[in-house]
Amino acid sequence: MALLFFPIHPPQASSIAVEWDYFFYVLTAITVFFSALIFGLVFYFAIKYRRKEKDEVPPQNEGNLPLELAWTIIPAGICVVLFVWSSVLFIKTQRPPANATEVFVVAKQWMWKVQHPEGPREINQLHVPVGEPVKLTMTSEDVIHDFGVPAFRVKKDVVPGIYSTEWFTPTEVGEYHLFCDQYCGTGHSHMVGTIVVMKPDDYEHWLASQMNVQPMAERGQRLFGQLGCNTCHGEGAKTPGPPLQGLYGTEVKLQNGQTVTADDEYLRNAVLGPQGVAGYPTLMPTFQGQVNEEEVLQLIAYIKSLGPPEERKVAKQ
Amino acid sequence: MSTVAVEAPSLPEVHYLNADYGWRSWLFTTDHKRIAWLYLFSITFMFAIGGLAATLMRLNLVEPSGLLFEPASYDKLFTAHGLVMIFFFLTQSIPTVLGNFLIPIMIGARDVAFPKLNLLSWYIYVLGATIFIISLVTGGIDTGWTLYTPLSTTYANTNVLSATVGIFITGFSSILTGLNFMVTIHKMRAPGMTWFRLPLFIWAMYATSVIFVLAMPVIAITLALIALERIWHVGIFDPGLGGDPILFQHLFWFFGHPEVYILILPSMGVISELVAAGCRKRIFGYSFVAFSSVAIAAISFMVWGHHMFLTGQSVYAGLVFSALSFAVAIPSAVKVFNWTATMHKASVSYDTPMLYAIGFIGLFTIGGLTGLFLASMGADVHLHDTYFVVAHFHYVMVGGAIMGYMGGLHLWWPKMTGKLYPEAWARFACLLVFVGFNLTFGPQFILGYVGMPRRYAVYPAEFQVLNVMSSAGASILAVGYVIPLIYFAWSVFKGPIAGPNPWGAKGLEWTIASPPPTHNFHETPIVTEEAYAYEPEAAHVG
Repeated sequence: MALLFFPIHPPQASSIAVEWDYFFYVLTAITVFFSALIFGLVFYFAIKYRRKEKDEVPPQNEGNLPLELAWTIIPAGICVVLFVWSSVLFIKTQRPPANATEVFVVAKQWMWKVQHPEGPREINQLHVPVGEPVKLTMTSEDVIHDFGVPAFRVKKDVVPGIYSTEWFTPTEVGEYHLFCDQYCGTGHSHMVGTIVVMKPDDYEHWLASQMNVQPMAERGQRLFGQLGCNTCHGEGAKTPGPPLQGLYGTEVKLQNGQTVTADDEYLRNAVLGPQGVAGYPTLMPTFQGQVNEEEVLQLIAYIKSLGPPEERKVAKQ
Repeated sequence: MSTVAVEAPSLPEVHYLNADYGWRSWLFTTDHKRIAWLYLFSITFMFAIGGLAATLMRLNLVEPSGLLFEPASYDKLFTAHGLVMIFFFLTQSIPTVLGNFLIPIMIGARDVAFPKLNLLSWYIYVLGATIFIISLVTGGIDTGWTLYTPLSTTYANTNVLSATVGIFITGFSSILTGLNFMVTIHKMRAPGMTWFRLPLFIWAMYATSVIFVLAMPVIAITLALIALERIWHVGIFDPGLGGDPILFQHLFWFFGHPEVYILILPSMGVISELVAAGCRKRIFGYSFVAFSSVAIAAISFMVWGHHMFLTGQSVYAGLVFSALSFAVAIPSAVKVFNWTATMHKASVSYDTPMLYAIGFIGLFTIGGLTGLFLASMGADVHLHDTYFVVAHFHYVMVGGAIMGYMGGLHLWWPKMTGKLYPEAWARFACLLVFVGFNLTFGPQFILGYVGMPRRYAVYPAEFQVLNVMSSAGASILAVGYVIPLIYFAWSVFKGPIAGPNPWGAKGLEWTIASPPPTHNFHETPIVTEEAYAYEPEAAHVG
């Protein structure tokens, strides 16, 4: 491709990229075919039926119903096929595999802050091992950003106030562009970074070589103590709040009668403000402004570490 | 090639241009034809501003690190370009210039239903545009034309308020124009001018007017909410204040996607007229083309979520929006096929208006088909917010909407002025536009596919060659737009006299003098035939 002096396709470095490109090539083929058809017919008619006499008027016709139906139904059929294909592809990009490694991303004007559960933190870089699915849980401290990696054919808006997720399985070792794809202000085009895909051994070495490797859950535990969460949520607390042991992933009944799943999003909201859990007084103060998004993620990591729901159910029996 | 010896055409002694003199006769006119001129001058001025911003942007992108500007200035340029072109040029272009001039004449009326309201619409437009220009020259706005929150409400330090006030005001001009056109088309048609005898331009303008009236209030509300949050910190969109940033996108695109059809539907109407006149033939499948305009207008209100596939919107909502977005492609395809079929066994002229129509059909086809990539949720995951999107909507907006506007100006210029422009220069400019356009936006499809995000002031070096190609194309395109400005102006003073029907075309506008008298028709026409009722051996050129 170097002959062309410019790239004509991005690196194909994730499991989805191959499938994605296949769909893209089919769409491109359809576009080229119909554009060529229309251009061809228009130019052919323009030459063949060019006006030969200044006053000439051609024979008239009203139209043709079978033709109208044909060029309504055939494009509609093509659209149905494309719709189904693209939707299946999309759903695949939205459902991370259960065994995916988790990485947490907080965006702000104008940088990407990454935390690995094992402890390492990075700015504008993300190191991942090749061949393993990675799930990103992302949020923003200010405006809407977008975590886009062209080589992986993935992209997702990073929205303040909610968690969005994105996943990929890198298939090629190398360094790839990370772009902010949602316009976010003056530094938008500087909000770029590098995804470093490493061999598993190299990745382990990299993890081990990082300074300051306190796992996220441990940091969360320290925060949990510092913020006084123990007072209500600890063992044998005097003013009991809902217990957090084994909470993650279970169903929570609220005072308003709703039942919600205690996932990342729920826990984030619960840290930032009381959710009104059934059976408990609404005493919890808001922690909005006292903890930043990275710390909220550490608190969630700690709560997650307090045992999976299965153990809790077993314990009850 | 000997033609019937027609007497040399002469200008009518009294017509709408010379019936009255002095600035008052223009600024206080209620004549729809003169109001069309007021708009023509004002939107050409705005087009020049938007075009200048685009030129500076393309110049800056020649160099990966930015040739001329810091990112902060570049951001203001693309925001100004987008807002000016969308809200102050394209929205007005065909409806207010060609629509104002032609709707009453095409349906056999003396004027629009509410002539004073028509003039008021122009004043509202001028007021909005003036405020907007002041906001640009006193510092500008850097939010992008999409004004996404909470960037626009909490984080931007630029002239967001004054710029949105300008847009807010201008929106009312469009609402009133839409209302005026709807009433005019319903109530002012000449005897015998039934709905299915209307020229297809009228159908398109009717569909557009409905969108004006329904969609413009939504952007007004949305801009007012931005102001509420910016001034009084009412938490609507900023999660820091308890708001929802995605709510803004729902409101914005509920307006924004119909708005896209406000821009392209009028152009589709013009193309039907250009093809009919250029082929001297009834449009193939008239009723299918007419109803496809209505179908597009209706579906356009239900596809907004396709701008939001990656916001975390529910997958099920995404599926519905994706399916409806595919659905809106079909009436557009029907139009393209019918225009193409009209050219079959026609008498195809190579005059400039037909050249623009041919250009439109080709470029709009590419623009429409590349829209399928973005209606596909799967494909959008990679292409969203890249140059692929930029290329796609410029194929529709510039290759489609502006080609239609230029083609329409060339077809009806002799009617508006009574003069002919130099055909050779016009064809040359049309060719420049076609070549320059493709060179500008063709490479951007590849740029988007390889991953270059939109709205980047600086970019990785590997994207430079494609960016330089695009900038080179833009300079050709710019020349293609300046040349008509010169020969149109020249033709008003020195152009040969056109006569009432220089194209040998059908339609009520070609039955009256060029330029028309102030009241259009000396007596109310009685319509006895369908639109485009070309009769073999009966065309009268001159």
